[in-house]
Amino acid sequence: MSGLSRWVREHLVLMLGLLVLVYTFVPIFVVVGMSFNDPGGRNVYQFGSFTLDNWRDPCGPDDLCSSLLTSIQIGLLATLVATVLGTLAAFALVRHDFAGRSASNLLIFLPMAAPEIVLGSSLLALFVASGFAGQLGFWTILIAHVMFCLSFVVVTVRARLAGMDDDLEQAAMDLYATPGQTFWRVTFPLVLPGILGAALLSFSLSFDDFIITNLNSGNTTTFPMYVYGQERVGVPMQVNVVGTLMFVVSILLVLGSEVRNRRRAPA
Amino acid sequence: MSQLAEDVAARAASDPTYDGLRLSGLTKSFGGGFTAVDALDLDVPKGSFFALLGPSGCGKTTTLRMVAGLETPTSGSIVLGGNDITYAKPYRRPVNTVFQSYALFPHLDIFENVAFGLRRRKSAQVKEKVEQMLELVELTEQSRKKPAQLSGGQQQRVALARALINEPEVLLLDEPLGALDLKLRRAMQIEIKRIQTEVQQTFIHVTHDQEEAMTMADTVAVMNAGVIEQMGAPAELYENPRSTFVANFLGQSNLISGTVVSRAADVVTVEMHGIQVSVPTGRTHVDGDQGWVGIRPEKVLLGEPGEQLDAPGNTIPGGVITDVSFVGVSTQYLVRMPWGQELQIFEQNTGRRRMFASGEKVELSWRPEYAFLLDQSQDATAGAQRDGQ
Repeated sequence: MSGLSRWVREHLVLMLGLLVLVYTFVPIFVVVGMSFNDPGGRNVYQFGSFTLDNWRDPCGPDDLCSSLLTSIQIGLLATLVATVLGTLAAFALVRHDFAGRSASNLLIFLPMAAPEIVLGSSLLALFVASGFAGQLGFWTILIAHVMFCLSFVVVTVRARLAGMDDDLEQAAMDLYATPGQTFWRVTFPLVLPGILGAALLSFSLSFDDFIITNLNSGNTTTFPMYVYGQERVGVPMQVNVVGTLMFVVSILLVLGSEVRNRRRAPA
Repeated sequence: MSQLAEDVAARAASDPTYDGLRLSGLTKSFGGGFTAVDALDLDVPKGSFFALLGPSGCGKTTTLRMVAGLETPTSGSIVLGGNDITYAKPYRRPVNTVFQSYALFPHLDIFENVAFGLRRRKSAQVKEKVEQMLELVELTEQSRKKPAQLSGGQQQRVALARALINEPEVLLLDEPLGALDLKLRRAMQIEIKRIQTEVQQTFIHVTHDQEEAMTMADTVAVMNAGVIEQMGAPAELYENPRSTFVANFLGQSNLISGTVVSRAADVVTVEMHGIQVSVPTGRTHVDGDQGWVGIRPEKVLLGEPGEQLDAPGNTIPGGVITDVSFVGVSTQYLVRMPWGQELQIFEQNTGRRRMFASGEKVELSWRPEYAFLLDQSQDATAGAQRDGQ
């Protein structure tokens, strides 16, 4: 008996860890499993039989792939704009002293702290009040996404920059690097991981967003809105294919960066 | 034009061909009225190993940073080999720095760190030069490693190599050994000195460690509160300090209050607490008659009352030993004098005589040529190191 309790004590942390992992991964595995589901009847939430049909024709259901394309376009554009603007803002906040700097540092948190539904509805009110009620769609969604991605980018890049020793830039200048060369050869490569992380975060935030998008979308349908809309009539199994693909792509990205890091710093 | 500005202009005009580094009236004030460097005049001869020595906050690092171009002087000028570089951008100066933090580029390997300056200047034969430099600092094996994979001493050598490879007219070293442990520091002191002898470039070494400055440099400038207190060869500074700050900051000194009673051509007689001692004229640095008689602890001889000591001239009776510390190579005594002051005496452990014990009565004596006389307007504790570093 004491042998057992000792075994339990020694492996408790491990078991808890495994449980947490299971807890996290079960929903994802359900999505992966469901992507091979042929429900047969009306109840799409039950596993009928195994099929590859969903994978052979992911764009089968009307509007699935067009909404996916819209989401990807908005995601990429919002990421690009938010990352560039946010990176510049982070540089300004860390490297320059200007009137209102500490206020800006604080205010940048607001969009992260405010409830999405509040942000979404106030943004809608703003669009309507400024006479854009008829133009709600792709561009208003993009504006909304850039807005909430921006603070995440600023916070991420700012943290990276603040942790960087400015001796490094001085050393570069001391070693004959012009300000331009100093930025591209030293500052930028060192901040790049932060910028890439911010970009990934932006894309997934934009791609995922439902609440703010729903309020400001007009007739445009993004992928999360499409899935929500199909809920009433039964979500097509191909949604699980898209979900699985997204999962695989993000895993590959993470693995890729890990491999890159290992190769850069061999033990 | 102020007197100072005129002096500066005159000095600069008098010798435009000076090939070393010349700082004239160099001043740096920061916001809030704090002046870190105050009208500094300094000549660093070409090819010398020069140390700027001072406590933290004395302005030595600010001076260095102005020479590197990382700080803009408030006034004054910096002329290097006849070229005015006072306001030149850091990347346009033939000057390189070894940073206290090393500031190695973490994303580049050792080879690329060392090659950085050459590549920026589009130098030819980068590979050969870098390999040669890595050999000089014995890091050939590590050339493809990242800085984070090296030990502190190795990183230090990379920082040195990265600056040195550019063959700067002046190499600036900002407390380069501060982060190393004592043993490694000693080894690197010798190493850097060896490299300087080999490359024959001008080195300016900033440090707060008096031993380091004296071991490495040909010339030491002792800096305090933004100005240079005294400059010279290490032995000259140590043996004949001109201020209480230098006397205390470089090693230790006994400073005894005294009054000048007579001045002859080559010797000054000073009365201190009823005892007359003499000090060579060349070693007196007083404005008035009030002074501090200074004597280094190792220059003082101890004897029993009435004992004949090999130090004619200055004998002071009436001391009582209050503390004895045996440190192996020497014994350090504290002796309370009749006027209440405690003097420090180091006696070399030659084994010729017994050790004194606490409470014993002794007489002190020193050769007049070892004493020096400083102005009494100066604080007798200036520059003394409280923590006994």
